[in-house]
Amino acid sequence: MIKIRRKLVLGIISVAILLYVLQLAGLKVPSLLMISLHSMVPLGLVAVGEVVNERAGTVNIGLEGMLLLSSFAAVYGTEISRNWAIGILVGMITGASIGLVHGLISIYAKGDQIISGVGVNLFAAGFVAYGIWTIWIPGVHMLSPGLSVPRIRTPWGGLSWFILLTIALVLVIAFIFYNTTWGVWLRAAGENPGAVDTSGINVFQLRLFACILGGMLAGLAGAFMSLDWIHMTTKGLPAGRGFIALACVVFSGLEPISALGAAVLFGFFDALSTWIMAIPKLGPLIPPGFDNFVKIMPYIVTLVAVAVVIGKRRFPKSVGRPYRREEI
Amino acid sequence: MDSLSEHLSELAKPFSQSLFAIGIGLAVGAFFLVIVGHDPIFGFYYLFKGAFFSEIGLASTLNYAIVLMLTGITFGLGMRAGLFNIGAEGQLMAGALAAVTASTFSLPPGVHLLVGVIFAMMAGALWAIPVAVLKVKKGVHEVVSTIMLNWIAFYLCLYLVLGPFLNPARSDISIKIRLNSRFPLLFGTLSTAIFVAMLFTVIVYIIIWHTRLGCEIRAVGFDQECARYMGINPGRAMAIGFFVGGLAAGLAGGALIMGFPPDYAVYIDLSNIVNYGFAGIAVALIGRNNPLGTIFSAVFFGGLWSGKRLMQISAGIPVEIVNVVSGIIVISIAIPELLILIKKKIEGRSVR
Repeated sequence: MIKIRRKLVLGIISVAILLYVLQLAGLKVPSLLMISLHSMVPLGLVAVGEVVNERAGTVNIGLEGMLLLSSFAAVYGTEISRNWAIGILVGMITGASIGLVHGLISIYAKGDQIISGVGVNLFAAGFVAYGIWTIWIPGVHMLSPGLSVPRIRTPWGGLSWFILLTIALVLVIAFIFYNTTWGVWLRAAGENPGAVDTSGINVFQLRLFACILGGMLAGLAGAFMSLDWIHMTTKGLPAGRGFIALACVVFSGLEPISALGAAVLFGFFDALSTWIMAIPKLGPLIPPGFDNFVKIMPYIVTLVAVAVVIGKRRFPKSVGRPYRREEI
Repeated sequence: MDSLSEHLSELAKPFSQSLFAIGIGLAVGAFFLVIVGHDPIFGFYYLFKGAFFSEIGLASTLNYAIVLMLTGITFGLGMRAGLFNIGAEGQLMAGALAAVTASTFSLPPGVHLLVGVIFAMMAGALWAIPVAVLKVKKGVHEVVSTIMLNWIAFYLCLYLVLGPFLNPARSDISIKIRLNSRFPLLFGTLSTAIFVAMLFTVIVYIIIWHTRLGCEIRAVGFDQECARYMGINPGRAMAIGFFVGGLAAGLAGGALIMGFPPDYAVYIDLSNIVNYGFAGIAVALIGRNNPLGTIFSAVFFGGLWSGKRLMQISAGIPVEIVNVVSGIIVISIAIPELLILIKKKIEGRSVR
């Protein structure tokens, strides 16, 4: 524990030094932090949903596909209803239904959870491209102006409501997790589903509910991406964020608040890679083509971070295994 | 004779499962066509006509099958060792760019092609080594590490096609593969890379089913702890699974660039080297992770890939529906007992 804290302190110090250097290079650090907070939202929401999911015993690697499908559905819902609130709702329902399907496959049909997740990703990539092609023009659809989610005005630019919502949701989930009976059941369902079943609680329903909740959070994240953040829908929208969120889950050791912390960290590097090109004194120094090396950064950070912490994490005993009652 | 019929009846179950999954995929695909007002029968007619019933179509089907077969091997071999190796996408890109690199050397004709193939395979394997090391030494799940490496490969390739491999004559593609290191064409656009791919596939089949090493790999995939008690080193088996998978994906990238007329180059937006890796997952699953089964399913998926253009031109259906079908096929493969479940439901109903 002390070792991990020491690393955390070292990490914070190195980030501070990095920020100082960037400030010297002419970047407005507050604006970088603002962007980081926005990058945090999709990672945080998806990661926390997956933490709940995995704690209850189901793994879902279809997060990328869920983000993609719900971001598309949210834009479609918004364009039809001319109302972003309905768009967010449509996004969440989409996420929840994918969660439901994945849950039914992996909990009731005892299917292979990883294959199902991969299938969701493949399906989403095809479906969203097909949908955009059918409804609008091939490729990209920009959200009509005036339909995006309004933001809070601050001296450093607009602040999304989603940031506050994400933090609140994570705190609520962490509270439920550790301070309610239901949270105990949920965690027990991933550790020892047999014991939960014996005490008269329906493990299957519990796990399915976790799947739907995870899907809903991923749907919310997708809606944020397309309606509030990037203002468009395209088949490459999540750009690996579903998988980076999966890395956040590993990184957090399945603790909701740590997952949010991991999302902040990965969100920071995500934002840094996007905005390093915009630094007045640094941008022009980067030769054409070399910006791709900057874009690689979040993926390398993810890889290294996961490699460093992984051995120190403990996962629920029954995670990834469908629960079967002993048949007489 | 007896053993043959036994063998065949053993194959019947996975075969029917695969066919069933394909059926569900096509049915759901048809559903999505109907709700936006397309005629699915019309669409699928052109899809399969474009894929199998013309010389050009067939050649292009088999060309796609070469690549999909190899990326299918990457995933399928991983599954045999208990791994979810979805890194074929990045490994294929590494192979493709290595092939372009090798093509810039000055070498005599036959040797140049061989060097290109070896470069591509080695680059693919090189891209798989970090995954193997992280998995075996650190326990990092391969899904996370392969996806990250896929993205790293993607941006690296974007840099390469715009930097060192910039084509001064054309703005849409990288420099072309030299004549010396292209695969000779068999008929139409079909390249002789198909023999290399088949040879590789058969060698993998022999290794998996007829050698001690293959038995070890399968044992690790079946039950890692049990394999450990039997004296097998699971780390070694998994590392070999990743390495050979990397060789396959690298070769796929090489075959894609050195054997695909008329461009023989990587597109600037990489659009001609993406998606093969992920499609390979569906190919392997339909082929039941068996290299020989993978050949057949690669031809099927190659058909979908090659026929989709005629479908779009003649029936006006977006090509992307093919990926929808692949996704549904994979999802339905995830439930091995789907057929049994449905049978039980039907029987249960009739009893009531």
